[in-house]
Amino acid sequence: MTESCRHCGLEISEGVSGEFCCRGCEGAYAIVHGLGLDTYYRRRCIDPAARPLRPDGDVGAAYDFTAHTLRNAKGEDEIHLMVEGIHCAACIWLIEALLNRQNGVVWARVNMTTRRLVIRWVPGENTAASILAPVQRVGYRLVPYDPAKLNRENEKHEKELLRAMAVAGFAAGNVMLFSISVWAGGDMGPATRAFMHWLSALVALPAIAWCIRPFLGSALTALRAGRTNMDVPITLGVLLTAGMSLFETITWGRHAYFDSAIMLLFFLLVGRYLDSRARGRARTAAEHLLALEAVSVTVLEADGTQRTVPPERVAAGQTVLVATGERIGIDGIVAAGVSDIDTSLISGESVPVAAAPGVRVFAGTINLSAPLRLTVLAVGERTLLAEIVRMMETAEQGRAKYVALADRVARWYAPVVHTAALATFIGWEVAGAVWQNALLNAVSVLIITCPCALALAVPVVQVIGSGRLLRQGILIKSATALERLAEVDTVVFDKTGTLTAGKPELVRDGGWNEGDLALAASLALVSRHPLARALAAACPSARSAEDVREEPGRGLAAGDIRLGSRQYVGIADGGADAGPELWLAVPARAPVRFAFTDEPRADAAAVVAGLRRRGYAIELLSGDRRPTVERVAAAAGVAEWRAECAPADKVARLAELRGAGRKVLMVGDGLNDAPALSAAHVSMSPSTAVDVSQTAADVVFQGGRLAPVAEALTVARRATRLVTQNFGLAIAYNLFTVPLAVAGLVTPLIAAIAMSASSLVVIGNALRLSRGRK
Amino acid sequence: MTNLLMLIPVALALGLLGLLGFLWALKTGQFDDLDGAAHRILFDDDDAGPGQPPGPGGR
Repeated sequence: MTESCRHCGLEISEGVSGEFCCRGCEGAYAIVHGLGLDTYYRRRCIDPAARPLRPDGDVGAAYDFTAHTLRNAKGEDEIHLMVEGIHCAACIWLIEALLNRQNGVVWARVNMTTRRLVIRWVPGENTAASILAPVQRVGYRLVPYDPAKLNRENEKHEKELLRAMAVAGFAAGNVMLFSISVWAGGDMGPATRAFMHWLSALVALPAIAWCIRPFLGSALTALRAGRTNMDVPITLGVLLTAGMSLFETITWGRHAYFDSAIMLLFFLLVGRYLDSRARGRARTAAEHLLALEAVSVTVLEADGTQRTVPPERVAAGQTVLVATGERIGIDGIVAAGVSDIDTSLISGESVPVAAAPGVRVFAGTINLSAPLRLTVLAVGERTLLAEIVRMMETAEQGRAKYVALADRVARWYAPVVHTAALATFIGWEVAGAVWQNALLNAVSVLIITCPCALALAVPVVQVIGSGRLLRQGILIKSATALERLAEVDTVVFDKTGTLTAGKPELVRDGGWNEGDLALAASLALVSRHPLARALAAACPSARSAEDVREEPGRGLAAGDIRLGSRQYVGIADGGADAGPELWLAVPARAPVRFAFTDEPRADAAAVVAGLRRRGYAIELLSGDRRPTVERVAAAAGVAEWRAECAPADKVARLAELRGAGRKVLMVGDGLNDAPALSAAHVSMSPSTAVDVSQTAADVVFQGGRLAPVAEALTVARRATRLVTQNFGLAIAYNLFTVPLAVAGLVTPLIAAIAMSASSLVVIGNALRLSRGRK
Repeated sequence: MTNLLMLIPVALALGLLGLLGFLWALKTGQFDDLDGAAHRILFDDDDAGPGQPPGPGGR
């Protein structure tokens, strides 16, 4: 029987007494309980997809909060942070309650949608670090960011759409009121009708002028580039409708279509707004990228003083100190000190590499076991990290050329419609009609073909598709991701963190007993080395041994007992690489070996088999060593694999596949995958991935399973089928109504009915996507 | 006709009032955190009211 921890809710491993899984949780509970906030535990519900609320050992190690503290207009200090680990509303309550109890805090508020936190406090009464400490100790990860640096463009655009939508909705409602009285009032005199039309014009024209801007802007950009997109016929249709209606109103005519024009705008704006919101959350998650830039660097001056500065202010040749557990902010050469470096961000390898004087280290890696002095070689734009980001951007430009299905349809739709209108005008002219009538009929062709249904066909399906995926923890970031997913025929996986869980786990191979494990874990507790952590995690009841020395790059020792690499315990190198391992040496006994493995995700084999059954080709490209990759490939059932791939090799392989006409879905998580993610036809990242690859990926999925990959492909295929059907419906509707318009039989009432009916049919068809699981 | 002259402006004014209210709400950030707002209503305000600055004396 396992119980779950009172604080983080994770299962307590066997052999641990008490109500907590680890000491971090015990401490966290003490803080919450001590402040009388126990209600939190009763109210919360744990979201298995979010990061568990388990405090790290490295609280506050990496970030210098003072550098991000701002002074606002009211003379208060202010800091903006991103919060990781929010499960539900109770977390918000807890964070705010914890912060509000700190001295000097004037304002603390978490935005649950964007997972961001703003705190204001009276300067001098408290510091950022001490205000934030309880929140960090409870288990939330806080990353400061600079609000000015954040890309506000999208947010502003979304608000703009919402405002336009409100205005259009208001205008559409009121104009419809007047229109209905005109349609209903058969006995209405021309003077009253003209009055009603004038009132409609009064409401509709300013609203149209204001609400057309999102479409006008995009249409003009497209036209200037010599292309056409869906916004061109929309803009032209609405503007012509408004112009002709105004003309009719002035001449006391019957054909004022203000209601159709403004209603069309309203429908389209609703679609646009929902579409942009559906991807909003995924975008926010990706903005965590900024966190990488938030690292500060400690420079050692010639006179021995230390200064903390942002990485871009460091010059090559300077000496930089890197504390244990800190992320390295520059490229450099180790000048003094011996340590282990976690290079998983760059190489994707889960086992750290040793660093000694003369070894090159790169920005973005983490110094694990001992302080280092580095001589700076490159900073900012010239680091390897920046290089990788650049590669990613270059690759991304290629993909930006992908033209959305709707725009491809618009490319031939717009010319056809405009030709039809022109032909109508010429036809009536030749037939001897007065030019006003000929023009009226030509414009009504444009109105009736105005692609209301066509323009809704894609966004509505997109919104419903991404909503369905969102409920399963799959976030669609890119507008065309679903379309591109549907075209995929090859799936390429990266090993670390994608097919596997991405962290080493102790193999219970029987080479050691519980006593060995407890002893080894008591040493391992003091180290940040991933293998030591995995060992400690396997034996949570262990209490730290006294007087443990860490010999960076080699191992740990307490008295005569040693835990570390093969060489460290004095065993000759076995030659063949048997994967990650640790050895425990106790005097007068043979050394004991602990082997570790990066386990494939629970459903990896099933998902791979399922994808293969559905006809996808599967490949594995990994930066890891050969034996490890071979084993994982065998376990997951992937026949085609390549090991020891550098980022450029992965991009090259993807280019090769593309050359062969394949459409590739790349699933990866490391920074080394980021260029490949951008180079693929479409890409996915688990939400545990590093920020850069989440930014590069079109789709981000949460949770410990691989099933979302298959699910996303299924939904994408269905969505694309529905989009095609919707286009079919829209075109069928046009085939039926255009002849009426050409014949001059369309009245404002018919136009309004036809337009709403076709939109409803398209929306109804799209709704089928949310029904029916496979 | 005289009814219309009165009713139409009234209808427009009421609609406009709603529109202005919405725009005001948008501008003051009422739509910034829809998820949070939905849950905040359920918090008890008896202690350290979350989201509210503590009173002058601190707590």
